Parts: sequence; structure tokens; C-alpha cells
Amino acid sequence: MDVLDLARWQFGITTVVHFFFVPFTISMAFLVAIMQSVWMRTKSERWLRLTKFFGKLLLINLAVGVVTGLVQEFQFGMNWSDFSRFVGDVFGAPLAMEALLAFYLESVFVGVWIFGWGRIPPKIHLATIWVTAFGTLLSAYFILAANSFMQNPVGYEIDEEAGRAELTDIWAVLTNKVLLITFPHTIFAAFMVGGGVVAAVAMWHLVRGARNPEDASPGRPSDAGAFRTALRIGAVAVLVGGIGVVITGDTQGKVMTEVQPMKMAAAEALYETEQPAPFSLFTVGTLDGSEALYSIEIPQLLSFLGTGSFEGQVEGINDLQAQYEQTYGPADYSPNVPVTYWTFRMMITMGGLAGLIALWQLWATRRGRVPTSPWALRITAVLPLLPLAGNAFGWIFTEMGRQPWLVFGLMRTESGISPSTSGTTVFVSLAAFTVLYAGLTWLWVHLLLKYARPGLPDVTPIGGDASKDDEDDDADADKPLSFAY
Amino acid sequence: MELSTLWFLLIAVLWTGYLALEGFDFGVGLLTRRFARDDTERRVLINTIGPVWDGNEVWVITAVGATFAAFPEWYSTAWSAYYLPLLLILLALIGRGLAFEYRAKGDTDSWRRRWDLVIFAGSAVPAFVWGVILAGFVQGLPLDAGHDFVGGWADLVTPYTLLGGVVTLALALLHGAHYVALKTVGDIRVRARRLAGRLAVPVVVVLAWFLGWTLLRDDTPSWPAAAGALVAVTAVAAGATATGRGREGWAFVATFAAVAGTAVALFAALFPEVLPSTLDAADGLTTANASSSDYTLTVMTWVAVPFVPVVLIYQSWVYWMFRKRIGVQHIS
Repeated sequence: MDVLDLARWQFGITTVVHFFFVPFTISMAFLVAIMQSVWMRTKSERWLRLTKFFGKLLLINLAVGVVTGLVQEFQFGMNWSDFSRFVGDVFGAPLAMEALLAFYLESVFVGVWIFGWGRIPPKIHLATIWVTAFGTLLSAYFILAANSFMQNPVGYEIDEEAGRAELTDIWAVLTNKVLLITFPHTIFAAFMVGGGVVAAVAMWHLVRGARNPEDASPGRPSDAGAFRTALRIGAVAVLVGGIGVVITGDTQGKVMTEVQPMKMAAAEALYETEQPAPFSLFTVGTLDGSEALYSIEIPQLLSFLGTGSFEGQVEGINDLQAQYEQTYGPADYSPNVPVTYWTFRMMITMGGLAGLIALWQLWATRRGRVPTSPWALRITAVLPLLPLAGNAFGWIFTEMGRQPWLVFGLMRTESGISPSTSGTTVFVSLAAFTVLYAGLTWLWVHLLLKYARPGLPDVTPIGGDASKDDEDDDADADKPLSFAY
Repeated sequence: MELSTLWFLLIAVLWTGYLALEGFDFGVGLLTRRFARDDTERRVLINTIGPVWDGNEVWVITAVGATFAAFPEWYSTAWSAYYLPLLLILLALIGRGLAFEYRAKGDTDSWRRRWDLVIFAGSAVPAFVWGVILAGFVQGLPLDAGHDFVGGWADLVTPYTLLGGVVTLALALLHGAHYVALKTVGDIRVRARRLAGRLAVPVVVVLAWFLGWTLLRDDTPSWPAAAGALVAVTAVAAGATATGRGREGWAFVATFAAVAGTAVALFAALFPEVLPSTLDAADGLTTANASSSDYTLTVMTWVAVPFVPVVLIYQSWVYWMFRKRIGVQHIS
């Protein structure tokens, strides 16, 4: 492996792992904010217990999400310095905006939320989790703006003398058509992750409780009721997220056909332009343009996905290759087709299965029922993994589908790496990150399971008693405080 | 004023904020090792920075993001040149962030002890390595005509840059001791004051040595650099006096000023260069040849001018919110 391969593997590994945590944080922050809001409104203890329980999972996840995000900002300069030189004038702006406008909000206010329980007025405390959640959305928007520029560069011109792309229209970058559709697609997909976690944890407790009634702690009759509510919230989030993902994904396909037709062709392994074009569910054989041995195809579906019309023409890889050679000169302009073909299908399959499991959960728990078969536990345990995998496949598809371009039409991937960095250096760093990320992913799973397993925490009602300003109130100054650390 | 100069100033401000804010939470991390006598005291220390360390760390994310946006050449050259030192910083900061959140989430002593080690190393490594990197900007690196680094370890790690690392580490430790004295009650507060008093002289010595060296690198030192250096050294001395009189708030303000003065001295000594080349001076990076286009700088100015103060306001509000001292009696 040369420097290019090592740097790409490092980016792939660190980004895919980072993106296990990101959608979890975005969606869970909102779900916890909603739970806390309902508690504030109803003063029902069940909602406070749910808030604290899922809030703990949020914080376990947020910690890994934040620290792995640091790597992202640094490695553009470390591994991809020629890329950073070439697009920094455009690409740096959304990253700096993300730090200044969004990341401060999240990091500062989540600290207040963690340490503010019982110490600051409840309404302000509630506001801090909403601000945190809002900050995560804003973060996602700016980061996706930077990524969308790489998919579909807009709002720039090339300064030949300086040899770089220069920003001419920030508004165009922030309203890139790829961004406007990728943002909702990503956020809906994020809700499938958080919803999947909430639904799975709640269902697991419900089924376990029903299977081993003697295990249920006495004096805690409301656990089942609270988990039933949480299950509804989680399953609905998965379904709403899933429907949103389908609708936005449909539009995204059309935008992709327009701005990155090669990616769409590669998603289907469509070598020859067809009108109408079919969509294959499954192909056995080679995807290199020779005949497929066996393939299940739905006629005309690709035409509809790509163009909105069942009769539409979808350009094939070979024709696009010829066009690009005319425009950019002789080279290979097609991505790794087996990777794009299968990741595209895996993304859809994972999302679809998650939606089906959420539907099954709602059906299986209708009108107070609780399934008790061991299969109910097994199916439930799979649920959180599916949207996570779907998110990962989606990103691998969209980034691999852009290849060989780093910035579509402007810079090829091999031109972006740091000229001064040796293969040994990148190898050391790739090895270090791989080991560290494997370790922290293990820790993440370990702690999430550890804190999800015991069930809802006991809470002493704290509503109200923190609302008075206790500045001069030394009566309880020496009482232990509820510390998070 | 040129926009690129304004952005150089803003990046200097962001680094100053970072060194002064995360500086003390690095210092607190350093104190968890020998200074804290048991687990309860360690928890007191960690909880003094609990609500604020993450917000403090964003200052460096913003400083780096602003460098990327306003001086892409500086970011690209420096970040690829300082590859392995930055890798160390990343590993340290990743471990440290996880340690704060996870150390209380295990059941065994060995779990906690391991995370305590991570907190210590995760504080010491970046506090030192950032100093090496910032001093390295002043010292310069061997850069070729394409602004790419063509040197090796010996160019990154020199006596001058190592001293820079010692200075940021020492300032962090003293600043952290002042912070602990300000934020705790009881025995730990008394000991923090005593430690701060003992640290003052060595800190003044390394700081004066380093800043003197920094000024002497230029044939004609700029007056802001000299003023920054003077403020920094005086502030450490003033901090010692304040500590001696039990004025913990003033002592903390003093090391805040010392860190800020040091940063001013470094960035003023650097300006108008941002990363000089030690090979051919013409290949070095300056605010002029490393900066983004005027349009990008204008856009970013419109974002930064209103929002930097907003960030300052709400971050200050958090410090006010959690202004109470804590002690071992608050740890259940």
C-alpha cells in the first residue's frame, strides 16, 4: 500500500466510525429533549426517569462522538494538504463556521446540562438540552455543506495563477442543491439510529420483564409502562425517519443523476445507456461490464429513481467514460463498481429491515401485549445495528461513488495527498487510529449495554427546588452534590 | 487594516483563549496525579473543570478551523509537517475526553486507575506539544518552493521548541494550581496555594528564558512582542504575590494574563510571517501569501465579528453559573 491507499484507509476508518456516533448524538439529543420537555409539562416521574436513563446513553455516546470529531478536522491538513491548499479558500469556511456557530453551542451547553441537574432553574436546564440538540443539527449542516462542495462544486472559480479554487459565492455553497437534499436525508437517517436504540432498549426490557416476572424489581410497577411509552417513541422515530429517508433519497437520486451521473450508473452497474433502465435487486456474477450470470431486475425502476419517469434515459458507465475523456482527458473515470453497487443495495436493505422491525414491534405490543418468545429478543437486539450499518453503507457509497474524484471534476483523489508525508508516518497513524478506534468502539458498546441493562433509575423529585437562587443559602452548602464525574 | 492581518489577529486571539482556558484544565489534569491524595480529591479536581473543559477545548477547534479558512497554506503546510506531534495530541485529547466521561462509569479500582493515568497523560502531552508547535512557527521550518516541509524530526524538535513546550506545560500547571485554589475549599485549597507559591520562581525562570530567546531571534524585536513578554513575566510574579496574600481570584487572573502575554509575544514575533522557511526566506509563509481570497476573508469576518462575542458571553455565563467552590464534602 502506498501513501495514497493508507491515507484513504485512515480517512475511511476514522470517518465511518465517527459516523456511528454522530447520528446517535443528533437523534438522541432531540429524543431526550422531548422526554425532558414532557416531564416538565406533565411532572410525571416516568418521564424524568426516561430522560435520565436515555440521557446517560446520550452522554456515553456524545463523548466518543466529540473526541473522534477532532481527528476529522486535523487530518485534512495532515494527510490531504494539497487538497486543503487547493480548496481551503472554499472548504475551510463551512468548517470554521461549524466550529464557531455550532460546536461551541453543543460543547458548552451539554456541559451545563450534565452538571446543571438540580443546580440551575429547570427551565434553563431544559433549554440547554434543546440548544445542544439544535447545535448538532447546525453542525451537520455545515459539515455537509463542505462535503457537498466535494460532490458538486459550486460558488467558486479557479484562480489559475494561485492554482486553487476560490470562493465567489458563499450563499451558493450553503444552498448547494446536493446539500439541500443530503441534509434532510442524513437527519432522517440519524433518527432511525436514535429511534432504533430507544425502541430496542425499551422492547428488550419489556420482553425480559414479561419472560421473567420474578426478576422485576418489586415496587417499580411503572417501569413497564414507561418502557412501553419509550418503545412507541423509538419505533415511531424509526418509521418517520425511514419514510423521510425514502422521500429524500428519491430526490437525492435525481439530483445525483443530474450532477454525478457516473455515481448513479455505478450504483446500478449500468454499463450501457438504457431507456428505460431496470433496477436489479441482486446480481450474481461479475460487475465489470461483462454479462451478469444471474440477476433479478425490476424493469424501468432505475429510470424512475434517476429521472422521475419510467421511460427516462439513464446514462451508462461506458458513455459517461467517453464523455469525461473528452472533457478531462484520457483516464479512468469510473468508481469501484462492485463497491458502489453493493453498498447502495445494503444501505437500502438495512434501512428497510429497520423499518420492518419497528413496525413489528408496534404490532407485537399492541393493546398491552408483550411477546415472550426468545426470537422477540433476538430481533430486537439487531434493530439498533441496522440503521447504523445503513448510515455507514450510505456514506461509503457516496464517497466511493465520487471516485476517482476528490472534488468532482476539479481534483482527483491522488492529487490531494500531502507531498511531504511518508508512507511510514501514515502507516503509524493508521495503525494507531485503527487500534484506538477498535478500543473505543468496544468501550462504547460495553458502556451502552452496561447502562442500558439495569433499567430505569430511581429519581428523587428535583423539580422546583433548584428554581430558587441558592446563592446565599448556605444551609445545604455542604451536602453532597449530584456529580456526573 | 488588511483583512489578512485582522485574521492573523483573530487566530492569535483564539489560540490565546485556548491556551488560557484549556491551559488551566490541563493543569488540573496534571494535578490529579501526585497532588491529589486519594480518589475523592481526584474527583473534586475533575469536577472543578467538569462543566467547562469541553467548551474550553472548542477554542482550539475554532483556531484550527479559522486557520484552515483564512490561511489554507499555513494550515496545510503546518499540519502535514507536524504530522506525528499532532497525532500524539489527537491520541491524548481523545483519551482525555473519554476519561472524564467514563472514569466514573466502571465498577473497579483498576478501571478508575487506568482512566486516571489517561487523564494525566492526556493533559501533559498536549500541554507540552502545543508549545513545541507554536514555538516551531516562530522558529520556522525547512520549506521548499512549494511550501512543503522537507525536514525531519530534528527540525521539529529543537532546544528552542522544546523550551516552548516546557513553558506551556509549566504555565498550565501553575494556572491549574491557581484555578484549584480558586475553586475548592478545605485542605486541597490550602495545598494548591502552597504549590502555586513554590512553582512561581521556576516558572518565571523558564518563561523569561524562553521569551528572551524569542525576542532575541529578531534583530529588532517588535514592541508588541516585548510588551507581551514583559506582561507575561510580571504577571507570574504578581500572581505569586496575590497567592501569598490569599487573593486567589487575582492570582488566577494573573496567570491568565501570563498565558495571554506569552501568546502575544509569540504571535507578535511571528507576524507578518506565519511559518518562515529556514532554507530560502522567499519560500516562507506570510499573512499575505498564505491567506484566502479577500472574498472569503470578508465572509468569515461577517461571521466572526458578531459571533465571537456571543460565544464569549455564553461561555462566561457558564463560568458564572458554576462559580461555587467545591470540596471533599460535596463528593458522596
